[in-house]
Amino acid sequence: MLEMARDLLSWAFILGGGFFLIVGGIGLLRLPDFFTRLHAAGIIDTMGAELMLAGFVLQAGFSLVTVKLLLIVLFIMFTSPTAAHALAKAALHGGYKPRLATGGDDDRGSD
Amino acid sequence: MLHAIYLGLASFSLWLLLSGYFEIFLLSLGLLSTCLVVYIARRMDVADHEGRSLHMHVFRLFGYWAWLGMEIVKANLDVTRRILDPRLPISPEVFWSPVTQGSEVGRVAYANSITLTPGTVAIDLEGDEVEVHALNREAADGVRSGEMDRKVTALDL
Amino acid sequence: MFAAAILAIIVTMLLILARALLGPTVWDCILAINSFGTLTVLLIAAHGFLMERPEFLDIALVYALINFIGIIAVLKFFEYGDLGPGKRARLDEDQG
Repeated sequence: MLEMARDLLSWAFILGGGFFLIVGGIGLLRLPDFFTRLHAAGIIDTMGAELMLAGFVLQAGFSLVTVKLLLIVLFIMFTSPTAAHALAKAALHGGYKPRLATGGDDDRGSD
Repeated sequence: MLHAIYLGLASFSLWLLLSGYFEIFLLSLGLLSTCLVVYIARRMDVADHEGRSLHMHVFRLFGYWAWLGMEIVKANLDVTRRILDPRLPISPEVFWSPVTQGSEVGRVAYANSITLTPGTVAIDLEGDEVEVHALNREAADGVRSGEMDRKVTALDL
Repeated sequence: MFAAAILAIIVTMLLILARALLGPTVWDCILAINSFGTLTVLLIAAHGFLMERPEFLDIALVYALINFIGIIAVLKFFEYGDLGPGKRARLDEDQG
């Protein structure tokens, strides 16, 4: 019984993760400019990948495999914001102007 | 020097954890690679200076992670709706928001938390302000309200 | 069921690849490649579970590390035009 509940939960996590991955992919294609696409990539890195890995953790039970999966989760959680931040900063310094809703006034600091 | 020894011990225990082998030959290979890592870290000058320990309330940190997880789920659902439903508006904005953390680790934790929440990305961190790009007004107002900022500041020792 | 996970991952990879090929600016391409790397990590892990060979997780872990370092290296190259410390230090001096 407990086994089945764990299985169901893990499949729900894996399928949910797959759904958010595809949503992130669609967003990456659909959103209008680079900075908005950054948010779609955020969905892939946080919700999609973590849910799927959580499902794998439930499937694996408690062993060395779990430790490795948790290390991957931790690593993605720490590196994905760093990479996103580095990308945004590099794009802004590289002269890419974000498309803004409020019009042209972006109070950007010294460059 | 002390930091280098700690780094070596930490790397070697990580190696043991990941490999699970205890033969003499493989252990010596692990020791060799640990020494290489420590040597490179010292040569890059990161072993001794950047070895700041975590000046934070460790128990509150877990509470904060739980709260952050909930925020991430909520933000994800919101951004997902915005991607799938073309009628919902996307109105990006860029603004500066105040940062109240004293320590460098706290600031980085705050900026990373902003970026980890979909809908908002921290672009730059200068002085006492962080530059944020938000997907829409609600996400931007979430950062402007300063709730996350206060929670991260409460983590600082 | 792991096959379903792999299917979702591959569909997403195709969408991302389209963005990497279309991407009007170099930043779009780098962003797409970064996400593609995350998905590769997932694909390797899922494949390991499908084949019941947990050793694949080690490869996934290493791939996650390499992906991050690679993206940072590419970004550093595009921002400073150099991977060494020299030019960057000079640039910081000019700004500061």
